Amino acid sequence: MIDFSPLWLTAKLALITTLILFLLAIPLCYWLAYSRFRFKAIIEAIISLPLVLPPSVLGFYLLLAFSPENAFGEFLSEYFNLRLVFTFQGLILASVLYSLPFMVNPILSGLKNLPVSLQEASFTLGKSRFVTILKIILPNIHPSLLTGIIMTFAHTVGEFGVVLMVGGSIPHETKVVSIAIYEEVESMNYDNANIYAGILFAFSFSILLVVHLINNKSRKTNLY
Amino acid sequence: MIQFKAYKMLQTADGELPLDVSFSIQKGQFLAIYGNSGAGKTTLLRILAGLTQADKSAITVEDNIWDDSEKKIHLPIQKRSIGFVFQDYALFPNLTVKENLEFALQKGDDTNIISELIELMELQSLQNSKPQNLSGGQKQRVALARAIVRRPKILLLDEPLSALDDEMRFKLQDYILKIHQKYQLTTLMITHSIPEIFKLSDSVIHLDKGKILKEGTPGSVFLEDKISSKFKLTGEIISIHKSDIIYVIQVSSGNSIIRVVATEDEIQNFKVGQKVLVASKAFNPIIQVIS
Repeated sequence: MIDFSPLWLTAKLALITTLILFLLAIPLCYWLAYSRFRFKAIIEAIISLPLVLPPSVLGFYLLLAFSPENAFGEFLSEYFNLRLVFTFQGLILASVLYSLPFMVNPILSGLKNLPVSLQEASFTLGKSRFVTILKIILPNIHPSLLTGIIMTFAHTVGEFGVVLMVGGSIPHETKVVSIAIYEEVESMNYDNANIYAGILFAFSFSILLVVHLINNKSRKTNLY
Repeated sequence: MIQFKAYKMLQTADGELPLDVSFSIQKGQFLAIYGNSGAGKTTLLRILAGLTQADKSAITVEDNIWDDSEKKIHLPIQKRSIGFVFQDYALFPNLTVKENLEFALQKGDDTNIISELIELMELQSLQNSKPQNLSGGQKQRVALARAIVRRPKILLLDEPLSALDDEMRFKLQDYILKIHQKYQLTTLMITHSIPEIFKLSDSVIHLDKGKILKEGTPGSVFLEDKISSKFKLTGEIISIHKSDIIYVIQVSSGNSIIRVVATEDEIQNFKVGQKVLVASKAFNPIIQVIS
């Protein structure tokens, strides 16, 4: 019988990562879209780095950073009793970094396409920045928000290199589906690998289908 | 009374341009701001609204200081009693017409103002529509109504009618005038249309390259010679062609094309594209009602 725990672990990881990134990306994107900070391009480049960097490179550096033998890892274990190497928490942090551009880019482009006068109009009507973001900005970029959420979730489900480097393959802790497939193949259990792979394949296809359906729909009801 | 004084270096396509403007308006007045694009008109309005911060500024509205760069006072936009109508209307696409108006309500406001404005601006049949289903003129009326919900003291209009055809324009001018009088507003409006200025405004500022070129009543700014029997129009030569033994010069001025006859000697001085003044002693002007 196939072990379902890698599937649940993957779903849990993707869900938590998506939630954290969603809450993080909104203020970050708002700042990127409207601030006149001179070195903004550097920040944007850093955010996009995981798009081009081999996952094993990112994973390798994270492994070094998280390791209790180095300053950052030591600091975490000393003051917070937090170990990030080969733990689920470590996986979450690695996934957040690795999937950051998949959440930030759609939201940022949504914000940049929104006429700035909408926000200014809300200010002239006496509304605070917080109310403006909540009631005007976010509802008007909801296709971008949805794209960001779905892409982040799907990308986290599909990650392999970073997870392997930072998390290893500890059952119920860090062994996600993509790693389970790799291990089943290594031990010649093609049937099990086939089931895992089939599930991921169907999942990825449906996700992309949904994204394109949303994009087509929002293009038809283009508001501006 | 509003006292406005501001200095700001503007970044334009032709390099830097200092905006340096100082004027005052009495309460309840209707002031038109006229000038070429890039003269700094919108920036002036935005500085008054608090949307743009000037390098140096001193703005007081009925003894309240809104801006004072020396004392480092800058009243936030939200606290300024203004209604701002944007050039692109800036209606919220996620809200219906009625919700757009209701969004402007503050805590504890009398909600009757919404139905009052919907009736005044004749929006009853549109109140449940989304902005993207409205025509330009309808959007403009919603934007105008929304700007009044807070009962501001000052209404700022950034070229509100430039995108509309003449018929719609005349109608909306009446709405603007109605609102200006009913809610006892002090109104500042950017416009390119001189007839509009004569119809709506008590006074006018002619802005050119960041400076006030002229200010006063529309009559004193635009009719230099006050009362005279002369016509004077400025325009651009668009063509010169020969017709039998004379030459015909076509000059484009405003919305009309004027034909002027000239001799061969005279046309030596003219080229297509030149800016010219067409003047005539009008011994028999014709006047007709057009609307």
